Amino acid sequence: MQELHYSRPTTVADAVVALARPDARVLAGGTDLIVQVRENRRQVAHVIDLKRIPELNAITRQADGGWRIGAAASVGRLGRDAAFAAEHHALLDSARLIGSLQIQNRASLGGNVCNAAPSADAVPLLICLGARGVVAGPGGRRTLPIVEIATGPGRSSLAAAEILVAIVVPAQTGRWAAKYLRFTPRREMDIAIAGVGVWLQLDQQSAITGAAITLASVAPTPLVAAAAQTLLVGERLSPKLIAAAAQSAADEARPISDTRGSADYRRQLVAVLTRRALEACAGELGIHGT
Amino acid sequence: MKIVVTLDVNGEPRQALADGRDTLLQLVRDQLGLTGTKEGCSNGNCGACTVLLDGEPVCACLVLAAEAQGAHVTTIEGVAVGNALHPVQAALIKFGGTQCGFCTPGVVLSAVALLDRVAVPSDADIRYAIAGNICRCTGYGKIVEAIQAVATSRQEASR
Ligand SMILES: Cc1cc2nc3c(=O)[nH]c(=O)nc-3n(C[C@H](O)[C@H](O)[C@H](O)COP(=O)(O)OP(=O)(O)OC[C@H]3O[C@@H](n4cnc5c(N)ncnc54)[C@H](O)[C@@H]3O)c2cc1C
Repeated sequence: MQELHYSRPTTVADAVVALARPDARVLAGGTDLIVQVRENRRQVAHVIDLKRIPELNAITRQADGGWRIGAAASVGRLGRDAAFAAEHHALLDSARLIGSLQIQNRASLGGNVCNAAPSADAVPLLICLGARGVVAGPGGRRTLPIVEIATGPGRSSLAAAEILVAIVVPAQTGRWAAKYLRFTPRREMDIAIAGVGVWLQLDQQSAITGAAITLASVAPTPLVAAAAQTLLVGERLSPKLIAAAAQSAADEARPISDTRGSADYRRQLVAVLTRRALEACAGELGIHGT
Repeated sequence: MKIVVTLDVNGEPRQALADGRDTLLQLVRDQLGLTGTKEGCSNGNCGACTVLLDGEPVCACLVLAAEAQGAHVTTIEGVAVGNALHPVQAALIKFGGTQCGFCTPGVVLSAVALLDRVAVPSDADIRYAIAGNICRCTGYGKIVEAIQAVATSRQEASR
């Protein structure tokens, strides 16, 4: 068996240098990577542990009201940040679907994004909230929308020597609510057959000023249901509008059939979950009769 | 290339030689001989290998030994004080929350971590805390009752 060399740099610059070696891979919580290495699904000779780099562990509220989440900060730690938990309970709830407490005490949002599984549970709401990734590489830093990171199952747009440093969730303004729902045969410790993240923003007259819908497990990457979003903006929530948006999201899904469920079943799930997530947001925003 | 891992296990400083691929589970069982921590699925699904890493429950099979450098680890061997069982252990015996025993070390550590963190856990808190510990014998009801009983008696004692 190939030897595995372990290092734990304390600066982003050192991590980027270490990552330039062939067969090097960064390690955050390891809840995906260690399994992949053990099962020889990934050729890795050097693991570069990011958890000792202060910037990758910091969870900070920015001056403009946004949040900067170090890419390697565990979901467990994120949940213990009371201010974050109060403001972003929907995002936190989606991250708390990841495995069990044992897994969440290791697993990071950065790992959930970079592992690029179509079923990643924390990613849909990151996309809905307009989150961006701060990426560092040999050429310096850049930022890009989280939605542009996954390019296919297990594939990301980051270059081989780039690391995700932080996830920035922009300040949310006005009346807004978000909800992620997934369907799994078991409540815990299972992978979504389909998942739907929804974000809504209303003006004082309850007209929809912003809408985002992102689907999980029904395409090679998390999928933005753009037509459904467009249907919602400018309108008022009603059972009819919610049904139309749910149908549109189901039509936009591009699911495959596999052992977890058929494509038709997944489409049905998208419609139901979209409706329920929109209803949950409406409830949270105090809009009744939907 | 072997690496020297220095860590604190159950309150004692320990040192072990580990391979880059070794997990904390292998270090604890094979190097330190603490075989109370069990290997089940080896991919984080069953929770039989649960230990506390700096106070938090984790699956030792998903932590590299090298990552535990400088860490504080609590295994099932470190939970009782001398011959006095931890209240969670005593309650699991009393309520029949253990049968074959394979999951029990992990269940105990998940429960200990919960009770350290939450003063009065709800039924849902308890079930969520042990959701990552698979038990094929008890059906969980008796485990939940046992943890609840520890929380209740601790609350009464503090009145
Ligand atoms: C039992 C179990 C249950 C699970 N259940 C769920 C679930 O319900 N829902 C779900 O979404 N996931 C689930 N997962 C998968 C996993 O826990 C999550 O994807 C988690 O968020 C991964 O984060 P990590 O920090 O452990 O990543 P790691 O394993 O450390 O890394 C994952 C991948 O991303 C790369 N990477 C990590 N961080 C960076 C970075 N900063 N920059 C560049 N690349 C990086 C790594 O090189 C690796 O390829 C489960 C895993 C287990 C073991």
